[in-house]
Amino acid sequence: MNSYVPILFMLGLGFAFAALSVFTSLVVGPKRYNRAKLEAYECGIQPTPQAAGGGRVPIKYYLTAMLFIIFDIESVFLYPFAVAFNKLGLFALVEMVLFILTVFIAYAYVWRRGGLEWD
Amino acid sequence: MSLALTAYGMVGGLPALAPTENPTADFSDTPLWLALVKAVGVFVYLLISTLLVIWFERRVIGRMQQRPGPNRNGPFGLLQTLADGMKAMLKEDITPAKAEKVIYTLAPMITATMAFVAFAIIPLGGTVWMFGHQTPLQVTDVPVAVLLVLAVASVGVYGIILAGWSSGSTYPLLGGLRSTAQVISYEIAMGLSLVAIFLYSGSMSTSAIVSAQSSLWYILPAFFSFAVYLITMVGETNRLPFDLAEGEGELTGGFHTEYSSMRFAMFFLGEYVNMFTVSALATTLFLGGWQAPPFISAINDNMFGGGWWGLLWFTAKLWLFMFIFVWLRGSLPRVRYDQFMRFGWKFLIPITLAWVVAVAFIRGAQLGFLGDSKLTFAGRELSVATVVIVSIVAVIALAAAWIWDDRRAQRAAAEDEAPPEEIDPFEDGYPVPPLPGQRLVEPRPRLAAEPVLSTASSSSAGGSGASTTLKEETHG
Repeated sequence: MNSYVPILFMLGLGFAFAALSVFTSLVVGPKRYNRAKLEAYECGIQPTPQAAGGGRVPIKYYLTAMLFIIFDIESVFLYPFAVAFNKLGLFALVEMVLFILTVFIAYAYVWRRGGLEWD
Repeated sequence: MSLALTAYGMVGGLPALAPTENPTADFSDTPLWLALVKAVGVFVYLLISTLLVIWFERRVIGRMQQRPGPNRNGPFGLLQTLADGMKAMLKEDITPAKAEKVIYTLAPMITATMAFVAFAIIPLGGTVWMFGHQTPLQVTDVPVAVLLVLAVASVGVYGIILAGWSSGSTYPLLGGLRSTAQVISYEIAMGLSLVAIFLYSGSMSTSAIVSAQSSLWYILPAFFSFAVYLITMVGETNRLPFDLAEGEGELTGGFHTEYSSMRFAMFFLGEYVNMFTVSALATTLFLGGWQAPPFISAINDNMFGGGWWGLLWFTAKLWLFMFIFVWLRGSLPRVRYDQFMRFGWKFLIPITLAWVVAVAFIRGAQLGFLGDSKLTFAGRELSVATVVIVSIVAVIALAAAWIWDDRRAQRAAAEDEAPPEEIDPFEDGYPVPPLPGQRLVEPRPRLAAEPVLSTASSSSAGGSGASTTLKEETHG
């Protein structure tokens, strides 16, 4: 038996439950049309038109996403080292430290250039 | 100092940490239909747990705030969540006019679905007999099980960002962006904290990690990883004190501002199931999973340890973490967003990296990579490399603590030495209250003698204006 198949069972069950609940509430729930109700919520004032056109997003979020990709991949690269640690011996230790050191240089650079500042 | 002591105790040749192959759970006698039965079982377990934990949270928070909490529906108010769920079902499901309809509907489903998936690899108990088959109490186990949990958590973020984007509204967009940045930032530290576990267990399969902890739970040798994981799991699930995505004061409801009825309930469900998932992972990786606590496993050759008993211990440990979640919510205020990001990027990541290096060295010394020379101390054999590494770590920790203490003392001294600044409360023309430590200047005789307010004629008002300009000129 393929051990990955039951994960799909879980996925299917979760999705079926979510879809069924949403569908049921669409059928059971009331529908009373009101134009104001369908407007974007902004504390009772006229909603700003800008968000709908995909208003501009601060660069900080892109920066965070980029840094996430770099450092998350780094931490994932550490997993094989860690799992095969007892088989690789001293080699694994030296490699791991060298790898972390290299990434740490990049990290120090990003910090120095203000990539980690939020404001 | 405590760091050095714990590290010392950890490397003192404990039997659990010997480099042996840890067996994974045996799924050879599990047909596919049985896996489906188990999946349904886990699904129901999660749904009931969610219903209970929302009631539990409201009751405990109520007690902490000296009020009873929900106590009307059912015994002790246990059916409150069910009633709320039914009510949500019968409410109108609003889709804003500017929303992207398909994605708007899909986003809560992604969040809810992904929350359930990760539980497939969590071992809930030992091997049991089920419908004539001997099978572990776990839906499935894969060699990269923990990696799967992290991957699923990352996919779950899509639900949040898509919900924020597709609502066509300002607050959800901001909340979605914030929440995404928050979750991915803390995922790095979370991933790094798990490296120590893999170094000890030599496997990413959850059942192998549990069986590796049969004589020593990893919370002891990887205590720092546990602390980091505990912090990041709160950040991952958007819970107080890190629930910046839904800071009501600034963003109304964050990414789910526009949602109502069952689509909102799906986000709610997803959040609570996610809490269970990260807690279950913490239980599995740090607290020995479904294994009985040491004092109970000592009774009668572990008679309360195997099979279905595992489910009891697993549930107990799981709810311990749920209580921590509620406790945090009851005691801590929300942090500021820039503080939160700074803590994640500038503190947690570098310190966890350093911890990984330290564990790699300690583990290498245990496995004898760094030489075999031994010395005997108090009846125990210790490898020289271990002692050297532990000493180095201890010295660094002591030095760091000393520098930190020194700096704090310096700062305190600087604050003490600075004379309290004097302020003139009427300097800018309107009264300013003094800050703590500030002294008010004595009222000047000229101001006291000035009869401006006593005579309310227009000429004296003009005169006071002239005197003010004069004063400014002399100041300049």
